[in-house]
Amino acid sequence: MNEPDLGATDPDRDPGVEEILRVRRQRGPVERSAPGPVAWFDVRRRGTGHFAFSLNRITGLGLVFYLYLHLAVLSQLLGGADAWNSFLQTATTPLFLGLDVLLVFGLLAHGLNGLRLALVGSGYVPNRQKALFWSLATFGAIILLYSAIHVFGADG
Amino acid sequence: MNGTRRFRVHRFDRDAGPATTQEFEVPVGEGTTVLEALRWIQLHRDPTLSLRHSCFHASCGTCGVRVNGKEGLACVTPVEREGGTVSVEPIANLPVLTDLVVDMAPFVERFPAPHPIVRGSEFIPGAQTPDDVEEYMRFEDCIECGLCLSACPVAATDDTYVGPAALAYAQRMLEDDRGDREALLDWADKDNAAWRCHAAFECTEACPSDVRPAQRIMALRKELRGRGKASERATTSLPATEEVG
Repeated sequence: MNEPDLGATDPDRDPGVEEILRVRRQRGPVERSAPGPVAWFDVRRRGTGHFAFSLNRITGLGLVFYLYLHLAVLSQLLGGADAWNSFLQTATTPLFLGLDVLLVFGLLAHGLNGLRLALVGSGYVPNRQKALFWSLATFGAIILLYSAIHVFGADG
Repeated sequence: MNGTRRFRVHRFDRDAGPATTQEFEVPVGEGTTVLEALRWIQLHRDPTLSLRHSCFHASCGTCGVRVNGKEGLACVTPVEREGGTVSVEPIANLPVLTDLVVDMAPFVERFPAPHPIVRGSEFIPGAQTPDDVEEYMRFEDCIECGLCLSACPVAATDDTYVGPAALAYAQRMLEDDRGDREALLDWADKDNAAWRCHAAFECTEACPSDVRPAQRIMALRKELRGRGKASERATTSLPATEEVG
C-alpha cells in the first residue's frame, strides 16, 4: 500500500493533522465502543478511572451550565427588591434546596477529582489512582452529607 | 458448564456493504475460551469468518477483540465469565479489514521512530542498570495487541492521538536510556501525545501484559515537566513489582 509516511520512518516529518486523519481513515470503517463522545460516558464494564473520567466531564458541563444559570438568576436583581424576594421564596423550596445539594456534589466531585488528577497526572502517585479516588470520594461524601444537613437545616 | 451459548459475531465484508452481526449457537464446556468458540464457528458453521490468532496463550497479541464490550485476548477470555449472549466485536479505534480483523498499521505507525525492540536485556552482560530501575521490564511485555488503544476513551474521539502503547513505549525507552532522549521527549511533548491523555486508566485495565501504559504516560509527563530544569537527572522509573492501586 503506497501511503505517505506518518512519522514511523521519518521522525523529522510532521504530516499534519489532516493528513494523519485522512490516511488513518481511508483503510476501512473504524468501530467505536460508542458513537462519538458517548464513548466518554459509557462506563459499562469499565474501571474506576473511566468512571472518574466520565464524572469529571458531566460535572464540568453541569458547572458551566450553573455558571450561566447563576448569572441569569442574579439578573433578577434588575427587577427590584420585590422580584428578588419573590425569587428567594422559590429558591428556598425543598426542590431548589435539593438542587443546591446537587451543586455541592458537582463542585466536590469536580474539585476533588481534579486534585486526584493533578496528583496522578504529575507522575508522583501514578500507581495509586484507585486508592486516591476512593479516599477522596469518602472525604467528599462526608462534606456532602454535612452540606446537605446544613442546607436543609437552614430551611427548617 | 456444558451446553450451548449464543454468540453474536461482528461481520464485515467491504464488498458486501455495511457491517452486520451474525448469531451462532456454539457448544461450550468448562474452560472454553472465546477463541475456541470462534474457531468452532469457523470449522463447523462458517469457514468465511475471519479472525486473527496465533499462539493460543496470550503472548502473540493477535487475537484481541471486544467481548461484550470489553477488550480482551480471545484466547484467554473464558466464555463462562460472560453472561447471556456473547457479543464479539473487533477492537475499536482501528480500521476493520474484515469481520474481527483490524488493520494494525495505524497502530504501529503511532510509535516514535526509530522503533527498535528492546530484547532480553537481562541476558546482556554489562547491560545498563540505572540506580533507580529495580529490574528490567522488557519492552516485549507489550505484545502490541492494540487493546489499550481500543479501550481509551480519548482515542474514541480523536484519531490523531498517538495512544497509550506508543507513549508507554517512549517512556520505556527513556527509562532504559536508549535512543535519542531529546527526540523522544520532543515526540511526546505534543498536544496529541502525552498531554492528550485524560488519565482514565482504561489502557492499564485492558492491558493483558501488565505494561501499565497509563502509569507510564504519567511518568512520561513527569519527565516532560522536569525538562530543562535538570536535564542530567535520572529518568523516572516505575517500580516493576508495585501493586497498581
